[in-house]
Amino acid sequence: MKPVGFQFAQPDTLAEAMQMLRDVSEDTKIMSGGQSLGPMLNLRLARPEKIISIAGLSELREVDEGEGFIEFGTALRHAEFEDGSLPEPISGMMRHVAKGIAYRAVRNRGTIGGSLCHADPAADWITALTALGATVRMVSAQGDTRDVDMTRFIHGAYRTELNSDELLKSVILPRYSSSAVWGYYKTCRKVGEFADAIASWVADPKKRYSRVVFGATAGAPIVSIPLSRQIAVTGIVPSKEVIKAELERLAPDLDRVKKHLLAVALQRCTKQALNHD
Amino acid sequence: MGTGIGARVARKEDARLLSGQAKFVRDLKFPRLLEAAYVRSPLAHGRLKSVTIPEKYKDRVFTASNLSDVLPIRPESTLPGYKASQQYPLVKDKVRFVGECIAICVAPTRAEAEDIAEQVIVDIDPLPPLVNASDAKTRDAPRLHDDWDDNLFLTTAFDGDLEFAEKNATVVIEREYNTARQCMNPMEGKGTLSYWDDKAGQLVVYTSTQVPHLIRTGIAQYLQMDQGQVRVIAPDVGGGFGYKCVLQPEELSVSWVARKLKRPVRWVEDRREHLVAGANTRQHHYKLKAYADDRGKLLGIDAEITVDIGAYSVWPFTACLEAAQAGGNLPGPYALEGYRCKTYSVATNKPGFTPYRGVARPGVCFAMELTIDAIARAVGREPADVRRENLVPGSAMPYTNVTGKFYDSGDYQHSVTEAARAIGLEDFRKRQKEARTQGRFLGLGFGTFTEQSAHGTKVFAAWGLPLVPGYEQAMVKLTPSGSVEVRSGNHSFGQGLETTIAQVASEWLTVDIDKINVLMGDTGMTPYSTGAYASRGMVMAGGAVSKAAEELVKRIKIHASHLLQCDAKDVALKDGKALSGAASVDFADIARAWYLRPDQLDEDVDTAGLEVTQGYKPDIDTGVFTYATHAAIVEVDPETGKVSFEDYYVFEDCGRRVNPLILEGQTYGGAAQGIGTALFEEVLYDPSGQPLTSTLADYILPGPAELPHFRLEHSETPSPYTRHGIKGVGEGAAIAPGGAVLNAINDALEPLGVELNELPATPHKILSAIMDADRPEEVAG
Repeated sequence: MKPVGFQFAQPDTLAEAMQMLRDVSEDTKIMSGGQSLGPMLNLRLARPEKIISIAGLSELREVDEGEGFIEFGTALRHAEFEDGSLPEPISGMMRHVAKGIAYRAVRNRGTIGGSLCHADPAADWITALTALGATVRMVSAQGDTRDVDMTRFIHGAYRTELNSDELLKSVILPRYSSSAVWGYYKTCRKVGEFADAIASWVADPKKRYSRVVFGATAGAPIVSIPLSRQIAVTGIVPSKEVIKAELERLAPDLDRVKKHLLAVALQRCTKQALNHD
Repeated sequence: MGTGIGARVARKEDARLLSGQAKFVRDLKFPRLLEAAYVRSPLAHGRLKSVTIPEKYKDRVFTASNLSDVLPIRPESTLPGYKASQQYPLVKDKVRFVGECIAICVAPTRAEAEDIAEQVIVDIDPLPPLVNASDAKTRDAPRLHDDWDDNLFLTTAFDGDLEFAEKNATVVIEREYNTARQCMNPMEGKGTLSYWDDKAGQLVVYTSTQVPHLIRTGIAQYLQMDQGQVRVIAPDVGGGFGYKCVLQPEELSVSWVARKLKRPVRWVEDRREHLVAGANTRQHHYKLKAYADDRGKLLGIDAEITVDIGAYSVWPFTACLEAAQAGGNLPGPYALEGYRCKTYSVATNKPGFTPYRGVARPGVCFAMELTIDAIARAVGREPADVRRENLVPGSAMPYTNVTGKFYDSGDYQHSVTEAARAIGLEDFRKRQKEARTQGRFLGLGFGTFTEQSAHGTKVFAAWGLPLVPGYEQAMVKLTPSGSVEVRSGNHSFGQGLETTIAQVASEWLTVDIDKINVLMGDTGMTPYSTGAYASRGMVMAGGAVSKAAEELVKRIKIHASHLLQCDAKDVALKDGKALSGAASVDFADIARAWYLRPDQLDEDVDTAGLEVTQGYKPDIDTGVFTYATHAAIVEVDPETGKVSFEDYYVFEDCGRRVNPLILEGQTYGGAAQGIGTALFEEVLYDPSGQPLTSTLADYILPGPAELPHFRLEHSETPSPYTRHGIKGVGEGAAIAPGGAVLNAINDALEPLGVELNELPATPHKILSAIMDADRPEEVAG
């Protein structure tokens, strides 16, 4: 379990990194915290010719607190969210999600952007940030910037909107009002393991926002508009039968246990959210 | 407080182990060292047609055709009907499991060796795979070994009399039980480094093993060398659990290449290799019929046990050991008159079965303990009471059971009584009822077992093994400076033997263990021992050290009597001094006189010296039996299938405790592994025999957050048949958790109509069972 040989580049600035991206081939990989790419390299599942390390770029570690939004640099680490040193767009949720990711050793190095780009279906951020209505900002080697909503960024398991000459620069989150509520629940075999089922619900009556998301589904996170509406309108936890019927419509191929666990996760996260006030 | 037997002292070896100073195979440095990587079979079953090596790597890659002077590993057994398998260290004609070694590649670094391995092309004609034992057992299944007429290594039958049971039983319980295939996962996997020593004329093999002297025999035998040409050194070893008690094919191929190239060669197993090619243990299937009366008194058991052996018989323990142990130990601690048991050891396309901590008993204990609870439910009694009803009573000791096991001492019923008390049985039943009204599902389960330990010559001979353990030897010596040196051919690999055998020497010699240097694991420096397995280390190596130390005490006293001008029988030892009345002489003075100033000793001094090697065997060699009852309280979340522990209690009697601190550590570790067996660990295969659990993200081991806070208590019934009354204890705690935890889960889920009879009890299995039982109103509470 040793990687194939590769070149390793550590640009000092974002500009230098962008310069490097200009002449990349398909065989170049960008590494942020390396917590997923590292094992993939060792298993020789990833076999890049070249790796560009961006974990140390200060431009990717900035936080911009604007009117109505917060923009997080993608090289911010899970542990930094966990430790509460960063602002929250909604009270406590980012911190809660971060502290449930893998183990502290992984959180010390792993980054929010790395996790999004890796797009493991069972990872936390892709589901949590979808529920939070995040937008991701990409920059290309040519210096072009484009913003994409999370629901369109993740294409499927390990597949994203990002082109090979692009970097994920930041994650932009809308700020929520003080009457907003959230819930996030996952089940896993063991503390720190990848999730078997994730559900999240975020709602803000002042912004007329409500979103239910299912994660760890073997593909991209799944948004349920009917359930988002139903929970916002009724303010009560939906029954398992209702949730399972919706999952049957959204993801019929999932096995019965997975559907059941997703239903339980949504019930529990909804309950959590409704008890928050 | 001294450091002798019974002292609760910290381990001598911890200073180096905990500060990164230990030397494992991976830490060794040699000039011109080559690292090895293997080309392994990508298929479960097929005929190897060709291996193509790129021209530029011809001198870096070796295959079976190079190793033509190496004999295949072919462990024989004298058991009637046994069929031997033939395993070449590198596949010669047929691949029989995914991960089997086909070629060895060497390079200055492991990464480069892996680069070479990737470029070797193997051409295999696939054959239909035998993925499970029940299919492989059928008459028309393809053959794994071409010259066999079926896929059975061995079948055995114990034909007891069930007539009384059949006639008188008012309760008959029929069940099928399954245990999963597991990997043992020592922290350090396998690892071997070999080089040719021209001066000694020896192949020197550093290897991560529990049994250095056995490996020396095995390497010499299969490489066709004289044993004098082979020296095996087990350096620091990071856990064994049985995984390292057999000859590894890699030990042969690495040694062959080292000898051929006259360069040191090392291979270190990585976790992926372990999880694929090391998936070699625990998988049993039981068909069991139990007969009982209306009090739950067992009248008879009729069982059929199938062991999924995998492709090969391991050397020296063979494919027979597991089923022989299973058939012999199924009745366990219970007094049972009627017993019939058939066992099948089935060849499949998986790595060859290797004995893992507990050897067969985690399986039989699981089957038996679930059966006892099923009987208790059928007759409407507390499972603890039904256990006591059936256990061999203390008054019957020593007791020979239905399969001829000789239980040497102990009070098994007492262990259940203590466990029921400590876990708060009566109070629990009240809390359980109350919790159910709140939609919570609590359950209590017991697991009682005996652990045959240090079973010796007769037992192993009866299992027909090619190599039978006999007398254990040890050397104890007073050094010229008066400190003590102990040498044993056994080995310490995390179980603390380095400390506990020093404690035995300390007991006799009154010297603090800090002044006792222990040397183990090097065949060039230690007396012969068959090594550490079968919970024999403490009894056997401890016994041999005890005998040698006792003799050394005699000699020290004789020399001291010269120096003290008194009679030897008036000399006493205390704190490393020899005393006679008010006069005393230090060991240092005695040693100086013997080694450096013999002129101070009498002319007629005993010339035997201060270096003693003695051999030892307990008074009986049928084994001495440790026993215990585990009791677990769990809560099952019926919505997520998650099991959490509220309490876990162990009551154990392992005879005289040499070091209670180490013993507790052994029990925690064993119980943690048992909980892995109960809830988490499972090697899965797809229909083509491809392993699906090749990383630790797929093969789940329990972590600290998944384990209970274990509570332990001990009683001490010394064995009448061993030195100091010691019994073996290394394996025990891994035996009971499967039974105790599953009984607790089944107790919790009884209102939902759920009974799980399969390990591990994963959330997926628990939820599926709840869904199949379909009592949603009960779940809602």
